Amino acid sequence: MNTKRFLTTYGPMFGIWILIVLLFGVLSDNFLTTRTFLTIAGQVPPLVIICCGMTLILIIGGIDLSVGSVLALSASLLCVALARWELALPVAAFLAIFAGFLMGAFNGAISVLLKIPSFVVTLGTLKIAFGLAMLVTASETVPVGTTLEPLAQRISGIGLPVSFLVAIVFVILFQVILSKTVYGRYLVAIGTNEKAVQLAGIPTNLRKISVYAITGALVGVASIFFAARLGAANADAGNGLELSAIAAVVIGGTSLTGGRGSVVNSFVGAMIILTLDSGLAQIGAAEFAKHMVTGIVIVVAVLLDALRGDFLQTLKNRFRKTA
Amino acid sequence: MITITDLQKSYGRNRVLRDFDMHIEPGEVHALLGSNGAGKSTLAKILTGLTPFNAGDITFEGAPYRPKDKRESEEKGLVMVLQELNVIENLTVAENLFLNRLPTRGGLLNTKTLHAEAAEALERVGLGAISPDTPAAELGIGQQQLVEIAGALLRDIKLLILDEPTASLTAPEIEKLFENVNRLKAQGISIIYISHRMEEIFKISDRVTVLRDGKRIATHRIGEVEMPQLIRAMAGAEVAESERQPSRFSAGDAVGLEVKNLSASGRFSDVSFRVHQGEVVGIAGLIGAGRTELLRAIYGVDPVDSGAVFLQNGQLEHKPSSPQDSVQASMGLIPEDRKGEGLILEHSITMNSVLGELGKYAGKAWFRAEEATAAAEKVNREMSLKYESMDEPVGNLSGGNQQKVVIARWLLKGVDVFLFDEPTRGVDVAAKEAIYQLLQGLAAEGKTILVVSSDFLELMKISDRILVLSNGRLTGEFSPDEYSQEALTEAAFAGFQATAKTPTAA
Repeated sequence: MNTKRFLTTYGPMFGIWILIVLLFGVLSDNFLTTRTFLTIAGQVPPLVIICCGMTLILIIGGIDLSVGSVLALSASLLCVALARWELALPVAAFLAIFAGFLMGAFNGAISVLLKIPSFVVTLGTLKIAFGLAMLVTASETVPVGTTLEPLAQRISGIGLPVSFLVAIVFVILFQVILSKTVYGRYLVAIGTNEKAVQLAGIPTNLRKISVYAITGALVGVASIFFAARLGAANADAGNGLELSAIAAVVIGGTSLTGGRGSVVNSFVGAMIILTLDSGLAQIGAAEFAKHMVTGIVIVVAVLLDALRGDFLQTLKNRFRKTA
Repeated sequence: MITITDLQKSYGRNRVLRDFDMHIEPGEVHALLGSNGAGKSTLAKILTGLTPFNAGDITFEGAPYRPKDKRESEEKGLVMVLQELNVIENLTVAENLFLNRLPTRGGLLNTKTLHAEAAEALERVGLGAISPDTPAAELGIGQQQLVEIAGALLRDIKLLILDEPTASLTAPEIEKLFENVNRLKAQGISIIYISHRMEEIFKISDRVTVLRDGKRIATHRIGEVEMPQLIRAMAGAEVAESERQPSRFSAGDAVGLEVKNLSASGRFSDVSFRVHQGEVVGIAGLIGAGRTELLRAIYGVDPVDSGAVFLQNGQLEHKPSSPQDSVQASMGLIPEDRKGEGLILEHSITMNSVLGELGKYAGKAWFRAEEATAAAEKVNREMSLKYESMDEPVGNLSGGNQQKVVIARWLLKGVDVFLFDEPTRGVDVAAKEAIYQLLQGLAAEGKTILVVSSDFLELMKISDRILVLSNGRLTGEFSPDEYSQEALTEAAFAGFQATAKTPTAA
């Protein structure tokens, strides 16, 4: 990718984020402080790690509504495994990730093989995972003690939490997977024109299922950071997270109809959502206003995406005219 | 190189290829010529493994050839560049070219190798100016097509099939395409060239085979044949005088629909004609001539650039802007895709019949079902619809009867102008006759009827006049005593003779 294309791909999103940051900086005296950014940085990891997978799912033209309650299930398993079953951290972490993986694989297999819209399948999984989380926790909040604290700690010198850096690593890793591996390019191709991919003799089902499974596993990873920050888990953990994740990915410009998207931009999309949240809180906006502003930002983002499609079509028609 | 003997292919009861023989020599450009439904595309699909054949033999380089899928035919070196392109717009040009064998190094895409090889492939088709990492979406149609050809050339090909390759190309792009065809020929690669454009066929091919109704009618060496001879070969059977519809209108009759200088760029240009009340006018033409587009434009589904439509004997200027407006102005479209655009298959005959005016049967709060059923039943009976119950889902009805339900809707609505797009597509012979009767009945009631059909014989049977649309322009108007397959065929091809579309200023 040349510099120009790099800038046009990632520049606008970063620009918008910086504008929002500056806007709140002007509106509130206390916004441009280390404390604000550390709060945001602390919230970033679970959401951003999930966004890595959600971006891929939207790119292949699917959606996953179950990530929030799968996170609750994984986090619950993790905390129960550590606190009640007294398992070692690696074993507990594996359980959490594996549970996420299984739920994701279930989503993928049912929706791809049985050709059922992922919207409906994952809506079902949302309830299933929620129920399982209640079962695992016996509907209680399970405190995890001090085992996970190191993850939420800040690295001396940089000041950022370990978890934030891990999230950044995931973003880079998944952006590379998406744009630099054959697997990633096939996902883009499938989301753009699956039939053409199949005609080229490339099987698509397994690849599509794998995207859901990977996302599930990522949710498992995210659950570890989630539990680390709160020091506990219950079945209500991650409530509404699916919507934040989808919103972040969409704000980041990933097309809801598939074929186009970027993990880095989803990351910035997540930053925008979290910044709005904390900025609005700081300028003393009422709870209702926070919800409405976030909602408006999502609608505007989708609108921009739709207009972009129209714009391209117009260009193409014009080309056809001259042809 | 390829010898085809006694090839048979049917889709259901519809025989698309029968006793078909053909031979293709190495390094020749062999053109396929024929009207709609002659079997050209089916033949291409068989050769490239997209559809199996029922009986007969194909030998390719001395061995029996029966590809089970596209992959197998490609491995053997038979490749088709499809009319609808398969370029994946969100990938780069290079990625498109090497889609099923992207080079990697250490798990990552080896962009260096990929771009180097892609640049070479692009150079070969004269697209050297395009950078391999350009997103495919940024290419024009013509360039996308050349990319597909470049992709085909990457394989070790023996036979390349081009299906209407110049349909959306500009003149310079066509030149480039021809250069490539000639270069391939020089390398001993055979090319099957399917096109409506005779001029191109005469320019580029060595031999031409004419198909009609799934049979090979003639094969000629270019240079030993003239255009009229080819048109005669394509035309075939005539409709008996007795079967023709005598003209029913006279110059004094009111004009139900008048189209004046209607143009929509890239689809059709400067189309003008009149249809009188009580008259059935057919629009003939080849697939892709712009006939459906014209109907849709008159009906206001797609926008036009200029021109006007007049209704009610010129009294009402109708700006086609939306289907709602057209229905208001008493016009109804019966689309080609009955199941997709015409009917709601799961719903009852009644519901489908009254769909256009549900409001009429809305009481204070409830839908007045009995009244709607009674009204729908009356109209459908008049058309002798075969049904068991008005509550039956229309999906259960035969194609012909489904068509009647669509027409019933417009009759209930009291529409005066009927636009039919391929009214007999996919219905059996008996149902066809019933639909013809229906059209005549509508005309006898003084309705204005415009019918698009790909079947010349059908149009000759039912129309008081036939207009021919070719490459977006009207190229002929015929009254019943002038009807002949030959004349219609000639007119249908006429628009494609003119020089290829030239680029205009943007």
